[in-house]
Amino acid sequence: MKLNKDKLADFLAAIPGKTIFGPQLCGETLKFTAITKAGDLCLTANNTNVPPKSVVFPQTETMLRFEQWATDIKTAEPAGEIVLFGIKPCDARAMLIVDNVFSWGVEDPYYLTRRTNSTLVGLACLDPCVNCFCTSMGGGPTSTDGLDLLLTDLGNSYLLEVLTGKGEVLCQAAGKLLCEASGADKDAAKLLQEKAAVQIRRQIDPSGVQARLPALWESPVWEKISASCLGCGICTYLCPTCHCFDMQDETEGVESRRCRTWDSCMFSEYTLHASGHNPRPTRRERTRNRINHKFSYFVDKFKVIACVGCGRCINHCPVNIDILDILSKVGEDVL
Amino acid sequence: MNTHPYIPNFATVQDTWYETYGDRCIKTFKVGFDDEEVRDSWTHLPGQCAMIGVLGTGESMISISCSPTEGKFLRFSVMRAGKVTKALHELEAGDKMTVRGPYGNNFPIDEWKGKNIITIGGGIGQAPLRPVIEYVRAKKSEYGELTVVYGARTSADLCFKGEFGELARIENTCYHLSVDVKEEGWPHYVGFVPALLMEVNPSPENTIAITCGPPIMINFVLQNLKKLNFPDDQIYTTLENRMKCGIGKCGRCNAGNLYVCKDGPVFSYATLKNVPEAFA
Repeated sequence: MKLNKDKLADFLAAIPGKTIFGPQLCGETLKFTAITKAGDLCLTANNTNVPPKSVVFPQTETMLRFEQWATDIKTAEPAGEIVLFGIKPCDARAMLIVDNVFSWGVEDPYYLTRRTNSTLVGLACLDPCVNCFCTSMGGGPTSTDGLDLLLTDLGNSYLLEVLTGKGEVLCQAAGKLLCEASGADKDAAKLLQEKAAVQIRRQIDPSGVQARLPALWESPVWEKISASCLGCGICTYLCPTCHCFDMQDETEGVESRRCRTWDSCMFSEYTLHASGHNPRPTRRERTRNRINHKFSYFVDKFKVIACVGCGRCINHCPVNIDILDILSKVGEDVL
Repeated sequence: MNTHPYIPNFATVQDTWYETYGDRCIKTFKVGFDDEEVRDSWTHLPGQCAMIGVLGTGESMISISCSPTEGKFLRFSVMRAGKVTKALHELEAGDKMTVRGPYGNNFPIDEWKGKNIITIGGGIGQAPLRPVIEYVRAKKSEYGELTVVYGARTSADLCFKGEFGELARIENTCYHLSVDVKEEGWPHYVGFVPALLMEVNPSPENTIAITCGPPIMINFVLQNLKKLNFPDDQIYTTLENRMKCGIGKCGRCNAGNLYVCKDGPVFSYATLKNVPEAFA
């Protein structure tokens, strides 16, 4: 199937009863926000600064509402149907990874309701960034993991690859807006996809990392890596697989809410005990935890590395801390 | 009754009293659930915790300090330390707190039937050990000897002071108390808990040792239990870390690859000795 770009607005308008989120420039920040018209979409740029996890796991969300002295607690309204339009394959894979956390043991109703109600329309990543390394983490610029529909930009049109029933629903709604893709279209898409894969220049073999980490627990490598860290937390805030949150109560007048906000393992308060004791007192321990969590603990628990190689933590670190550089230090002969 | 994991249940404070006084005083709350269905369906075992809180202020993970054998109520002994525990300390009989849980695993206490049990506690660390003592007391004929080793900085810092005398009257049960520095009229041991443990000199034969207290105390108690030839799988401890969700989502309570809220808080030393952050 194929969608001519001049029909994109009609395609989006034909999607029934779903809120559409897509990459939109907000000031200088590219992030997924609800769009009202196709013109709001920014589909030509590289990956968004803020990962689309912000749609299914908002930076701040109200969990409960209650009034002072009342014993009636209200939960937030259940989320409606949503479409994430133009999500990159790395970010879609990241959602599959985070699903593990929110469905492990007790199910998290807020996250899982949004995930169940979301349709992921991917956009093949034909022009990867200089710091992308998705192919090393089990993905790729045209990976379909977690996607319902994959679009490949052919210049004047998008080639559509239907991957799930949810993707099929969107195509059926579009009806005649879509036309059959020719053999030449498919060949052109294949060529573009192959070109993209070659553009991923940064590579690492993560297979030995987990095995090496325990022996490096007391290694001076963590001091060296974290020496320049400012503890700003951007590497975790903008990481599509980071899921940690804080819970706080806020009161205005007699109305209160319990909300959760993204939190970061790079902050000292994250693990600070009420007694004043902190099991991770310095950035050395916090950096060590961040790397161990992604490449060892998470793998123990969920059999997958909690990194998709999107490169955001490298691109946005104010002091140029580079996760691939860390991984190469972990296994000297790996890079 | 709600099944939403983040909506707490209301419980009314039935009684409160202070265990210790001062800046970081410890207050015990005896509470009962308001909802009859919750009250009837609630089950917990020694070692488990609950998220208790005050609406508008927040929640803290606190050990359940009573045994289910004591009745259909819950007890929490809370040290006044941060924002939430300060708000909890304001509560008096008749006031409401919120409770969700129970969370975490428990001491495998039913597997320990026929064995001797020694608890080694320090300060507020006695709170998760108290339900073990009460549980074993209630089913004393099914267990061997019960030895309680407990210390605090001063006699005023000891929790559950009124309860130890009773222990002495139970068959095959004894207790050993300590304070860190000498006090006039103190009839028990003077010194740190790990040293008291060596004085008590328990045999590892058919014995389970459980310890909880400040990280530094746990470290030395573990070393001493090893000196006393306790095998790793006969040593248990319960850990605490900062928590927000209590259900393995918010991330922060991990010690290595273990979440204290879900994989713990109870761990055998056989598990923990390979976890580098466990005693950090």
